[in-house]
This record gives sequence, C-alpha cells and structure tokens, in this order.
Amino acid sequence: MSTLQEAWPFLRDGFEKTITLLVLSMIFSTVTGTALAAMRVSPVWPFRMFGAGYVNIFRNTPLIVLFILVVEGFPPIDVRPSLEQVGLNTFETLAVIALSVYTAAFVCEVVRSGVNTVDAGQAEAARSVGMTFGQTLRIIVLPQAFRSVIPPLASVYIALAKNTSVAAAFGVLEATAQLSRMNERAIAPITVLFLYLAAGYIIIVWTISAIAAILERRLAVAR
Amino acid sequence: MTTPVLYDTPGPRARARHAVYSVIGGLAVLALLGYIFWRLWDAEQITPETWEFLEDPDIVEQLAEGLQTTLSMAASAIVLAIAFGGVFAAGRLSDHWFVRLPSIAVVEFFRAVPVLLLIFFLNFSYTEQLGTYWSVVLALMVYNGAVLAEVFRAGILAVPRGQTEAGMAIGLRRSQVLRLILAPQAISSMLPAIISQCVVALKDTALGFAIGSSDITDRARQIYIDIFYNNPVAVALFLMAVFITINYTLSLIARWLESRMRRRGERVVHVQGAQAGLD
Repeated sequence: MSTLQEAWPFLRDGFEKTITLLVLSMIFSTVTGTALAAMRVSPVWPFRMFGAGYVNIFRNTPLIVLFILVVEGFPPIDVRPSLEQVGLNTFETLAVIALSVYTAAFVCEVVRSGVNTVDAGQAEAARSVGMTFGQTLRIIVLPQAFRSVIPPLASVYIALAKNTSVAAAFGVLEATAQLSRMNERAIAPITVLFLYLAAGYIIIVWTISAIAAILERRLAVAR
Repeated sequence: MTTPVLYDTPGPRARARHAVYSVIGGLAVLALLGYIFWRLWDAEQITPETWEFLEDPDIVEQLAEGLQTTLSMAASAIVLAIAFGGVFAAGRLSDHWFVRLPSIAVVEFFRAVPVLLLIFFLNFSYTEQLGTYWSVVLALMVYNGAVLAEVFRAGILAVPRGQTEAGMAIGLRRSQVLRLILAPQAISSMLPAIISQCVVALKDTALGFAIGSSDITDRARQIYIDIFYNNPVAVALFLMAVFITINYTLSLIARWLESRMRRRGERVVHVQGAQAGLD
C-alpha cells in the first residue's frame, strides 16, 4: 500500500485535471452538439449543410490531428495572449476547445437520432397550437429526444472521458501524463502504476454509466 | 426536405421567409468561414509558402511511407482485434463461470482504459521487445478487440433461439452450435459494425504520434516543427484531408452494406458506442 501512498499525489493531480477537462468539454460539446443537431433538422438549407459538413469533417478526423490544429495552430494566430489576459491556462483551454469541437459532432448525431424517435404527432400537435419551428423544437421535441438518448449520450461521454488522455501528448499533466512522471521517479513497477491509473479511469467510466442508468430510470416515460 | 415531420410543407409565404433565412444563414456561414480563413491567412498559416512541403519530393515520399505505416498498423490491429474479439465473445457466451467471468473482466477493462494510456504502458515497459509499431498495434488490438467482442456477442444473441435449440436437438455440443450454426449466420449482420470499427482503428493509429511511431501523423510533425516550414495549420489540414477521404469512404461502404442488408430483410447488429465509429 505504500506505493499507493507515494503515487497518490500524482494520481490526485492527474485525475483532477482529467475531470476538469471532462466536465468542461462535456458542457461545451453538449451545447454545441445540440445547436448543430437543431441546424441539421432545420428548414433552412445553409444551416443543414453546415451541420452535415461539420459532422462529416470532425467525426472522420483523428482527435490528435484536431489537437495539432488547435494547440499548435492557434497560438500563431495570437490566441495565447488573449487567453492569458483572462487568466486561463493556455494548454488546458486549447485542449478543452479541441475536445469539445470533436465531441460535438458525436453529440449532434446522437441528439438528431433522438429527435427522429420523437413521435411525429408531437410536432404536429405543437404546430397546430401555433408554435414556430424553434418553439416546437425547444419546448416539445428536444426534451423528449434527450430522454430517449440517455444511453448513447452516456457512451459519448465515456468516450470523451477516455479521449481527455490525448491532452497528455500536448503538455497537459492529466492522468495519462502522470504515467511517465511516476515512472521516471520509479515509485513502483510500471505495471502497478498502469493499474492505478486504469482503476481511476474505470471509476470515471462506471460513474458515468451509473448516473446514466439512474437518469434513464427516473426520466423514463410510458409511451 | 429530409425531416418534414418537424415543419409543415412550406406554402408561398413560408417559402419566401425561408428564402430570406437561407440568404441570411448562408451569409452568416460564409462570414464565419471567411473570418477563419482571414485570421489564418493573416497569421501566415495557410499562405502559399506553407503548402510548399507538398512540392518537396523527399517529404512527399516520407508522407507516403507514413501513410503505408498507418494503413498497415490499422490493418494488423483490426485483423488481430477480430481474433481477440472472437475469443472473448465466445468466452462471454460460455456456460462455465470460470471462463465467462474472466472474459467479462477482460472486455470491460480494455473498454474502459484509454488507448493512449495502453500505448504508453506498452511502450515504456516493453520498449525493446515491441518497438513503437507493435506498441500501437497491440494497444489498438485489445481496445478494438474488446469493442468487437461486444459486437460479436450481440450478433450471436440476435440469431433466433430456434437455431440453437435445433442444433442441440441433433446432438451438437455447445461449441459446435456456436461454430457451425450461430457464427456463420451472425457474421454478415456484424459486417457494418466491423467496418465502423475499422474507422476507429484508423483514427486511433494517429495516437502513435505520442511515442513517435513514424506513422503519417508523426512524420507530418517533422514538417511543422521544422523552423523552415513552421506550418502546423497547413499540415493539420492536409492530415485531415487524408483521414477524411479514407474514413468517409469506409463509412459509405458500411452504410451501403447496411442499407443493402436491410433491403434484403437481414439483421444488422449495432452496439452502443460502436455504431457511429465512436471513439
């Protein structure tokens, strides 16, 4: 157990960062992804095209390439000074941007499939009481859509939790980056260190699954 | 008009209104793209000089070799993952708890651990034995294999019960039923999911970048870290074009297969998290 004690500061710092990245990217990707899904089902074709283009581009790009674009490519455009002015850590902020942009494409597809599961009569009823497209979507369709997509959305968040590890290759000292730091200090055999970190990720994944299961049961509607 | 469910078929006034929205929306989208283009151009990230690397025959050859490495890593990983997935799917379906429980543990473990962590672990602990190439391939094998194990299991379970019962009735053993009756029927239903997983594996080969595995992403880094070029945006856009071309083609094949199978009334298996080439 003493190796766990020695490893603990690294694990704590690492997973603190991992969870920060996860929660922030979760929020931003959900908002962006829902907006993109609304675009993809809207009656205005430039928005539909933009949504479809976004999804096809970012879903087929490796996350690491997106990190190169954002983390290596943004600083020359002078994003760095403006981020530091508002007191944000550059690498972490850029990592959150890359993760959110990437995950939004997956959230969009999940929400869109949820919109398609909502009974057509719901939208028809909304229109017949005079709601506009925006109102129909916001008040009637999306709340029902989200209920039906909790399990696939949880899968997207689980993938996101694991994807935060890519930030390790770009100077963010989150959990995965701690493997080499701990290994350099020879705290324990590398297999042990690996298992500690793996256990951390497993706990995060299980937590997301458990929350999703509870929400699904709570929000289930008899149809 | 793909989803006419959410709005009525537009009449003359709605059409006029939509036309106005389309112009405004189109201009907004163009303005956004134009702004991004202008910022990048202004910072000399996409000016003609930044693309000159594509004219250097040495670099082009390097990139072609990198692409070869990437494709070969992805192909080896998928072939190995199919074997790995097959073994553990069979293990999970076993009647014996001492086979079933370890199989469940292995599958759930590798599905929950980030691929990059696996790559780092393999690369640090078996540096000489594996080298960067096999570190990436083995990490991708266990991760994609664990996902595929779930695909295979879902595929096997989707075969009607009567098939198993008929097999048992003529005196086949469980393993024979699985091998001779269930697996052949399940394979076609799993094909789209397997191709989607190829997209995931191909995207994940880029993680080799983190340990310098001389795949296309790693070689592309050699270009943009060169002071002479210093063009990460141009290089990243080039990589995006390469990956999107390959992956989009694969997704189209998967979708075409799936629609063809649906037309014929065959079963198609989806597993959560695997369906959209999610990773």
